[in-house]
Amino acid sequence: MTEAHSTHGLLLRANKITKKFGGLTAVNEVSIDLRLGEIHAVIGPNGAGKSTLTNLLTGDLPPTSGHVALNGHDITGWTPEKISRHGLGRSYQKTNIFKSFTVWDNVRLSAQSRSQPMPFNPLAWLQQAHHMSDVNQRAERAIELAGLQNRRHALAGAASHGEQRQLEIAMTLATEPQVLLLDEPLAGMGVAEAESMVQLLLRLKSSHAMMLVEHDIDAIFTLADQLTVMVNGTVIASGLPATVRSDASVQAAYLGEDH
Amino acid sequence: MSNAHAPLETLPRSLNILLGAALLALAAFPFVGTDYYLQMVTRMMILAIFAMSLDLLQGVTGLVSLGHAAYFGVAGYALAFITPPGEPIALWWAMPVAIGASALLALIIGFLVVRTHGIYFIMVTMAFAQMVFYAFFDNKALGGSDGVYINFKPESVLFDLENKTVFYFFTLALMVIVYVFLRRLLWSPFGRALSGIRVNEHRMRALGYGTFSHKLAAFTLAGALAGLAGFLWGAQSGYVNPELMGFHMSAHVIMMVILGGMGNFAGAIVGAFSFEYLLHVFKDLPEVAGFNLGKHWQLWMGLFIVALVVLAPRGILGLFATLFKRKEQGHD
Repeated sequence: MTEAHSTHGLLLRANKITKKFGGLTAVNEVSIDLRLGEIHAVIGPNGAGKSTLTNLLTGDLPPTSGHVALNGHDITGWTPEKISRHGLGRSYQKTNIFKSFTVWDNVRLSAQSRSQPMPFNPLAWLQQAHHMSDVNQRAERAIELAGLQNRRHALAGAASHGEQRQLEIAMTLATEPQVLLLDEPLAGMGVAEAESMVQLLLRLKSSHAMMLVEHDIDAIFTLADQLTVMVNGTVIASGLPATVRSDASVQAAYLGEDH
Repeated sequence: MSNAHAPLETLPRSLNILLGAALLALAAFPFVGTDYYLQMVTRMMILAIFAMSLDLLQGVTGLVSLGHAAYFGVAGYALAFITPPGEPIALWWAMPVAIGASALLALIIGFLVVRTHGIYFIMVTMAFAQMVFYAFFDNKALGGSDGVYINFKPESVLFDLENKTVFYFFTLALMVIVYVFLRRLLWSPFGRALSGIRVNEHRMRALGYGTFSHKLAAFTLAGALAGLAGFLWGAQSGYVNPELMGFHMSAHVIMMVILGGMGNFAGAIVGAFSFEYLLHVFKDLPEVAGFNLGKHWQLWMGLFIVALVVLAPRGILGLFATLFKRKEQGHD
């Protein structure tokens, strides 16, 4: 692989990041690249460190060592909100929405974050949020992409599980991120819902760099351009899905259980 | 309804009409009420402003401050210190100075406290308020435990605040302005972000919101508005003492907001009026079989609030909202 290719479309690079909780090394010198137009899937058994890895990339946890670069900026140690504003969006494994708001208000509030006036600006205290046309347009695009336009008035907490998963994605898209970290977007979905989610991710692929943490092996081999396998916080294999699949250590450690 | 505990951001139309009628009654009250009740209602309106300022934190942002009286009291003291002993001070600069003193104190304390969450936030707001309380209580130069007299009400060329009716309307106008301002703010991008912080602060950060600066701005603004109320209190009573910034005052204003119903601002007004009225009623309870019921008013108030929280968790306004909504929807 030439140097020119290795940085082509590179939006996020984690370089040997480690996270220790006391004596436990949850993530051990993991490196991962996310490129525009590619879906990079991360798999591994429960406790492999996938969620910790996600939280290290979003800034929810500071790494013990190593560096993360987003769009050429070293974002190591940045707050989650600053990293978000620099183009990283994440969705949660456990649905993390504003349950007492309507679907529309969830998406609108997400879109508003990109037009938020300074909180100490008294003039902005008198501005009306629902009249912010750029916010409404962004929210409208996101809600349509996620296929929720007919459920906008529903209370988010009362929506079905599948709809809440779609809403989770819509909220992330409403911030117009370049890099998407999706934590098990298919978890608990029915067959039809999962299929439409897979179609959505394929549509988003060309304009985003994506990391996909997922357990659904079939979906991964449909979607992924790169595949990284983690076990006990360590990467045991990484590369093209077909190559990784035939890797003996992966067979033994993980895929072997089901295949 | 699944969200029975959600704040009352919007109210049924018929309840809004009822509140409008109550406002008209307030405007008409000076023409029928006696001096004693005029002053009592003025005090209720001042406390309503104070309660609305806390509702911005408690009902909208989800921050329960157990030290909000500090910002109320400091503005009263500011007025006392800048009023010369022998003549009145101009309203148009005394009011901004007093509000500014509270806002500055809230900004400084807020900077230290809004990074904490839940029970820790409650504890540190209380701790800072106690520090402010003792700074005044133990310091003779600041009036000590006796407090400070304010010999003259602030002066304006437009109207005479020494006149009780004028003071009443001045307070009423400010209460309405604060209410309209806060209702407008509730639907602003700032207000929406504060609501989002109440519901799910973690998600707000992941979406890119600087929740620290938003909470700090809310804390400062709430302190400034509490300062407006404290300024009016000092001007009306002509006297400030450390009790104004004490623990009881902070606890009472929380009870007012809970009593009326959180997150709506009208609820805070209803709560302040109800609390003061109940206080009046409970303190006047007679002596029964050698037991002075009135002296133990705090017991009755406590029982009343416990009963209300159990029976109507969204407060008096929430209770009305449920009843009126049912009526509007034809008992569905």
